[in-house]
Amino acid sequence: MELAAAKMIGAGLACIALVGAGIGIGNVFSALINSVARNPAVQGQVQPFAFLGFALAEATGLFGLAIAFLILFVF
Amino acid sequence: MAIEIRPLEQFTIERLIPLHIGGVDVSYTNAAFLMTVAVVLITALIVLGTRKHALVPGRWQSLAEMSYEFVADMVETNVGHGGREFFPFVFTLFMFILFANFLGLIPYSYIVTGQIVVTFALAAVVFIGVTIVGIVKHGFHFLRLFVPQGVPAPLLVLLVPIELLSYCIRPFTLSIRLFANMLAGHTMLAIFGGFAASIGLLGIFPLGINILLVALEVLVAALQAYVFAILTCLYLSDAINLH
Repeated sequence: MELAAAKMIGAGLACIALVGAGIGIGNVFSALINSVARNPAVQGQVQPFAFLGFALAEATGLFGLAIAFLILFVF
Repeated sequence: MAIEIRPLEQFTIERLIPLHIGGVDVSYTNAAFLMTVAVVLITALIVLGTRKHALVPGRWQSLAEMSYEFVADMVETNVGHGGREFFPFVFTLFMFILFANFLGLIPYSYIVTGQIVVTFALAAVVFIGVTIVGIVKHGFHFLRLFVPQGVPAPLLVLLVPIELLSYCIRPFTLSIRLFANMLAGHTMLAIFGGFAASIGLLGIFPLGINILLVALEVLVAALQAYVFAILTCLYLSDAINLH
């Protein structure tokens, strides 16, 4: 198989990691909405954690994307 | 008319003022220029904004005070009282990353934090600094950080290497998180911009998506600066309070 073709396939496979990011972010904000729906007064305290959780979940997915770029453009 | 879409071209470093000292390339690059702009803007906001010392702050003094209070509150909540001496460090980190991220969103500008070496330098400073703080404060007892309390001995054999690994991976996750977010965001902007330019009148749809992406990128720029700063506070808290 040509190197360029293998790189494309590898990059495409690496992007599957973003599924985890999507599920994780959905979980985080679902928990935020549920908790604020039960107890609206707690929104100010819970929201910073929600944004922190979102960024950390997104980061894990983007590690996979970084590997995809690494495969495509560095090797 | 074929427009070639090269999304990663926007990350190339260009020498604005070529400069070589003793065989080392120390040119003033576009990245260095934008870092200078960020520092100048932050200094102007804080110094000029608070020049009036008004009791009821005007617009700029309000902005300067809000940014100060935001970071001061974050440091005090997450690090506790022992963290006051680290406030200037966290404030510098937060403001620099915030301004660098926002300046990268200006069209035809350059995203400084989209270079892994920049984010790795920042993350390495945080990691090495926090480890030194922990060792200076606790000495040999700093290693208690990797031994959680109330864990039975057989589990410790498995747990301590995992804790150690997740500690040593911190500079990499910290830097790659910021880098990958900026890289992915700006690459998507370039790709959709390329679509908008290359399909004539139908380009209004990718243009619409691009507008929404810019809004998302503004959120991500602010959020990534906040996450970097708060993780620095949490790592400091780990080192100072050892739990």
